[in-house]
Amino acid sequence: MKVLVAVKRVLDYNIKVRVKSDGSGVDITNVKMSMNPFDEIACEEAVRLKEAGVASEVIAVSCGPAACQETLRTAMAIGADRAVLLETSEALEPLAVAKLMRHVAQKEGVTLAIFGKQAIDDDAGQTGQMFAALMGWPQATFASKVQAADGGLAVTREIDGGLETLQLALPAVVTADLRLNEPRFITLPSIMKAKKKPMEVVKADTLDIDIAPRLKTQKVTEPATRKAGVQVADVAELVKKLKEEAKVIA
Amino acid sequence: MSVLVIAEHDNAVLNPSTLNTLSAAARLGGDVRLLVAGNGCSAVAQAATGIAGVGKVLLADAEHHQPQLAETLAALVVDVVRADAECTHVLAPSTSFGKNVLPRIAALLDVSQVSDVVAIESPDTFVRPFYAGNALARVQSSDRIKVLSIRTTAFDGASAGGSATIESLASTPPAQAGSRLVGREVVKSERPELAAASIIVSGGRAMGSAKEFNAVLEPLADKLGAALGASRAAVDAGYAPNDFQVGQTGKIVAPTLYVAVGISGAIQHLAGMKDSKVIVAINKDPEAPIFQVADYGLVADLFTAVPELVTAL
Repeated sequence: MKVLVAVKRVLDYNIKVRVKSDGSGVDITNVKMSMNPFDEIACEEAVRLKEAGVASEVIAVSCGPAACQETLRTAMAIGADRAVLLETSEALEPLAVAKLMRHVAQKEGVTLAIFGKQAIDDDAGQTGQMFAALMGWPQATFASKVQAADGGLAVTREIDGGLETLQLALPAVVTADLRLNEPRFITLPSIMKAKKKPMEVVKADTLDIDIAPRLKTQKVTEPATRKAGVQVADVAELVKKLKEEAKVIA
Repeated sequence: MSVLVIAEHDNAVLNPSTLNTLSAAARLGGDVRLLVAGNGCSAVAQAATGIAGVGKVLLADAEHHQPQLAETLAALVVDVVRADAECTHVLAPSTSFGKNVLPRIAALLDVSQVSDVVAIESPDTFVRPFYAGNALARVQSSDRIKVLSIRTTAFDGASAGGSATIESLASTPPAQAGSRLVGREVVKSERPELAAASIIVSGGRAMGSAKEFNAVLEPLADKLGAALGASRAAVDAGYAPNDFQVGQTGKIVAPTLYVAVGISGAIQHLAGMKDSKVIVAINKDPEAPIFQVADYGLVADLFTAVPELVTAL
């Protein structure tokens, strides 16, 4: 079973973005970029499936500028066997990414695709489900457990108020939630090994795929900031303030 | 133009998130149609006819809709959209339910989705947060059909006062869905639901253990009639279940009172709760970023302050 793992290069999660003063977007020049944390979890899960003998090969795929090669190297250091970059300098919406991923999935004949549930830059949370729709495959989003079962997969999902388990026939799509696994620490030898793994770069505009944006960002602004309030001396003052000033408790 | 809203429900009652979504739909103008898809869910449809602003309730009541799987529901919604030449918008709440199914619908319709809409400027222009709510984008959609997930905290719930009619939809079972529900374990709690609670008590990494998390926070939540929440750090550490998580990648909440206990206030957490009306922070570190958004900050050891607070209330 070949597994596709989608990885995205995003602003490191420790960095607070700044909105550009002209309102055209956020400033991400010269800041640290990393693999989207949920994609790291997706990658780890794919590699574990290979280590467990369920998957035969793990292919990491990214869409974006040449710098995404760095992110793909990280995926290979986690344990992906090879990588494909669909290179473009265009800003991509999730639908476009899903279409590019479909191209790779069909070409490679993968039977499982694992995505992060959400990228922490655009916070859209769409790509995995869109890819599943385009492929006509079943989906299990927000996965917290994936097991091979009955020739397919049993996937436990995080839902409001608890968990549910779906039995998926393959081929299928899984999107990774926080508790699916804890990604391994990347060692220096694995980084060295990743440098020798194959990376294929395909220019996205050589493929006949419509990746034009459907949404136009008119303006990006900073949200209204909350004013810091007051420090209270003790619990008694806190209770008094809540009752008499804020009037939020009786 | 007509707006199709996908109802979130459990075959018995309508989830309040649907009311917020209906209120967003009303801002778009046009006829609002509410799709109730499930099994034995006619009571849900009946109740929905009484909501202000609903023009028509579309009821797809069939056994294959019982588990509300994304594959089956998306196929149904696409059929409904294609059968209605007037349809210009498809809306669902940005909850686990809506997040699961809506992108699948958008892709089947070959349109982009606008996630987490917090304001509707016009029928094609919407405001949405990104980068953990540190930036707001005003985006215009050029798609023929706009697919929007609605951040429920940004819209008040639609009120009662409608008299819609119900139209039953025939729906054939899918040839092969590819997925099957094996089981659901939903924790029944006496406490209010996190997303809809008016008071939330939330714990962070400083709780130290699952045992302490419960021992310290439950009495306070009981006293306040509050829902329990947690930071990602507390969930990561296993102190609290995943669906307690408040933040960028968890739930977005906006209660009347949010009590953050032992939460440092990472931007990812603030993204999930900074629209709360009143924020109280209890933390022993005076430099914790949570104090920058708190209305009332108490620098104290939570293990003494919280029990004291329980007694004082």
